[in-house]
Amino acid sequence: MTDVLSTRPMDPPGAPRLPPPREERGIVGWLRHNLFRTWRDSIVSVVLLVIIGLVVVQLLEWALLSARWGVITQNLRLFLIGLYPADEAWRVWLSLTVVSVVAGAQAGTRGGYSRTIAVWLIAGQLTVAILALLSPMGPLVAAAIAANAGLTLVVQLATAKRPLPGRVLTIGWLVSLVATLVLLHGGAGIPVVRPDAWGGLLLTFMLASVSIVLSFPLGVALALGRRSRLPAIRLLATAFIEIVRGVPLVSILYLSSILLPLFLPGDLRIDQVVRAMGGMTLFTAAYLAENVRGGLQAVPRGQVEAAQAIGLSGVQIDRFIVLPQALRMTIPANVGLFISLLKDTTLVVIVSLLEILGIGRAVLAQAEWLGASFEVYAFIAIVFFVLSYSMAHASYRLEAALGVGRR
Amino acid sequence: MRRNVVPVGIAMAALLVSGSVAMAQDASPTPPPVASGILKQVQDRGQLVCGINGALPGFSQLDEGTGTYSGFDVDFCKAIAAAVLGDASKVEYRTLSAAQRGPALQTGEVDVLIRNTTWTVTRDTSWGLFAPTTFFDGQGIMVRADLGVTEASGLASATICVQSGTTTELNVTDYFRANGLEFTPQVFAEIDPTYQAYEQGACDAVTSDASQLASRRSAMADPSAHVILTDVLSKEPLGPVVPLGDDQWYNVVKWVVFGIIQAEESGITSANVADLTTSSTDPQTLRLLGVESDLASYLALPSDWAVQAISAVGNYGEIFDRNLGPSTPLALERGLNALWTDGGLLYAMPYR
Repeated sequence: MTDVLSTRPMDPPGAPRLPPPREERGIVGWLRHNLFRTWRDSIVSVVLLVIIGLVVVQLLEWALLSARWGVITQNLRLFLIGLYPADEAWRVWLSLTVVSVVAGAQAGTRGGYSRTIAVWLIAGQLTVAILALLSPMGPLVAAAIAANAGLTLVVQLATAKRPLPGRVLTIGWLVSLVATLVLLHGGAGIPVVRPDAWGGLLLTFMLASVSIVLSFPLGVALALGRRSRLPAIRLLATAFIEIVRGVPLVSILYLSSILLPLFLPGDLRIDQVVRAMGGMTLFTAAYLAENVRGGLQAVPRGQVEAAQAIGLSGVQIDRFIVLPQALRMTIPANVGLFISLLKDTTLVVIVSLLEILGIGRAVLAQAEWLGASFEVYAFIAIVFFVLSYSMAHASYRLEAALGVGRR
Repeated sequence: MRRNVVPVGIAMAALLVSGSVAMAQDASPTPPPVASGILKQVQDRGQLVCGINGALPGFSQLDEGTGTYSGFDVDFCKAIAAAVLGDASKVEYRTLSAAQRGPALQTGEVDVLIRNTTWTVTRDTSWGLFAPTTFFDGQGIMVRADLGVTEASGLASATICVQSGTTTELNVTDYFRANGLEFTPQVFAEIDPTYQAYEQGACDAVTSDASQLASRRSAMADPSAHVILTDVLSKEPLGPVVPLGDDQWYNVVKWVVFGIIQAEESGITSANVADLTTSSTDPQTLRLLGVESDLASYLALPSDWAVQAISAVGNYGEIFDRNLGPSTPLALERGLNALWTDGGLLYAMPYR
C-alpha cells in the first residue's frame, strides 16, 4: 500500500510516506467511503439498514423464540435415512465410513478441489453429529458420525505425507461405490433392505450419485454417437437426445412410475426408486450429451487432422486427443447440470418417494407437528443450499486446477 | 417365501376337508372356495401390499419412534394382513399420490388401497371395488366464533380460504351456487398456508373435510375461537378399494372390515378377544371368532382370522380412539362414525 502511495505522480520526490487520514481508515473509513459519502447516500443507507435490521430481528425472533425446531431433531433419523430399518441403520453409517476414507485419501493425495470436498464433508458430518446428539438417535450414533469426520481428517493428513498412487484412488472409489450399494441393499448374508425403504438425505444422495455416475458414460457415448459417421448410430443418438430433452423430467418420472408397470409382466416388480433412478439417468444423459458435444466441437479440427496424420485410429483420436480436451472444457457446464440434478431429485416427491422433501411433507403430517411447515422447509432449504454451494465451491477449485478458461 | 408353501398347502387341504364336512352338514349349494387370485398371491408372497397416503394426520403418518407408518388407514392394512397371514406386521406400505392410486389398483401394484379415497361411481367401476366405508367424512366450513355465523347461508359475500386442486374447491363453488350465494375464494396451493391465512384473518372462513378442520382447529392458538358449522357441503365416504375382477379377495377385505365393526358392537376388544374364545356365551361372538363355526372357510381364510385381526389392532372403536379420538391431537368426535346402535352409520352385515 505504501509503495503505491509513494509512486503516485503528484507526490513530490522525497515526500514523507504519510498514512491515509484517520477518517479514511478502518471500519469508520470504510463506512464513510461506502455508505455515507453524500447526504443522499446516507439517507438510502439508513433506510435500508433499518429495513434489513427489522427483517433480521423478526427472523431471529422467530428462529430463536417461536420456531418449533423439535420437528427437525425429533425426526432427524427420518430426515437422514427415511424408513431404513432402525436395526440396520449401522449399515448406512458404515457405508459413510467407506466413503469418508476414500474421500480423505483423495483429499490428502490430490489436494486442491478434493480437499475442498473433504472439508465440506467433515463440516457436514460434524453438524449432523451435533444434531444427532439433540435427537432421539442418541450419543452413540452421534459419536459414530463424528468418528467418520475424524477418520476423514486422519486419512487426509496421513495421505498428505505419503500420497497414494492414482490407480489406488480410482479402485478405491469403485470399491466404495459397490460396497455402499451392497451394504445398503443387503444380500450376501445380510438382510435385504429394498430401495423403496431408503429415504431422506440417503435417498437424495443415492438418486443423485447413481444418476451422475451412470449418466456420465452414457452421455459421452451419446455425444460421440451423435457425431458418428454411421447414420444409424447418429440417428438413434439424435432421436434419443431430442426426445428426452423435449419432455419435462416430471413426465419422465410419471412415465416410469405409472406407465412402466402396465407394460411389465404381472410378477415382475421393479422398485419405485430404481425406476426413478433410471428416469433421472436417461434425462441427465441427454443434457450431458449436448454439453459434451459442445466441448467436442470446440476442439480445433487441426488437432484431429494432426492425429490422423501420425496414424492414430479413430478410437485413439477420441480417447487421447479429443475427449480429454472436450471434457475439461465442459466441467463448468456439467457441474451446473449435476447441481440442478441434485435439486431435481426433489421432483420424485410427485411419485411419492420419500427423499428429503418427501420426508419433510410426511413429517408435516404427524399430528403433533401440524403447521410446522416453515421450520421444515427452512431446514430443507438450508440443506440444499449447503449441498449445492459445496459442489459449486469444489468445482471452482477444479476449474482453477485444470486451467479452464486460461488454456 | 418358498418356506410358506407347505403350511399354506396344509391350510388349503384343511380348508378343503372342513369345507366338505360343512357341505355334508349344511348341504350348502356350492362348495366353499379355495384361495386363488390375489388372496393366494398374498399368501404365497407372505406379505400384503397396501397403498396408503403416507402424509395424512391420524390416517397414515410416519412415526419417528418406529420408523414406520401408523394411523387409522394403516390399522386396517394391518387388520387385513393379520386376518390373511396371521401377522399384522407383514404389510408392505406403498405411498401413493392422488394421481398414482388409480393406476396402482388397475395394474395390481397394490393388493388393497386404503388412501382416503371417496367412493364414487366412476372409481367404483373403473378403479376397483369399494369395501364398506370405514370413515364417513364430509366437507365442512370453519368460521371465527366472533363472526356470529351459525349456518353457511350467513356467509353471503364472505371470503373463504380453500386449497386448490382438490374437490373441496369444486364442492364449495357448487354449494354456494346452488344456494344462490356469492363468495370470494382465496385459493392456496398448500395446506399449511391455507390455515395460516385463515388464522391470521385473511379469510372469514376456511373449508375442507370436517376431519381436517377439526384436527387443524385443535392445533390453533385458541381452538375455542373457531366454530365448525353443521352444514355438510359434500359426502365423503372413505374406505378400502380392491382391484376389479377378484370377488374372493373383495369378500375377504369386505368381511375383515365388517368383522372389525361387529367386534365393537359385540364388545370384543384386543384385550378380551383371547378370553372370549373360551368364555363367551354369545353365539354371534363365537361364530365371528371361529369357535363354533366354519364360516371362515367361505372366505378361504383360517378360522381364527377375526381373532388375529382384533388382537392385532382392536375393534373399530379402539382403532378410532387410538388414531383420531379425543386423546389424540386430532380429537375427532365419532359423529357419523358411531355404531348404528349409537345413531351413527356403522352397520356390519350379519356374519352367518
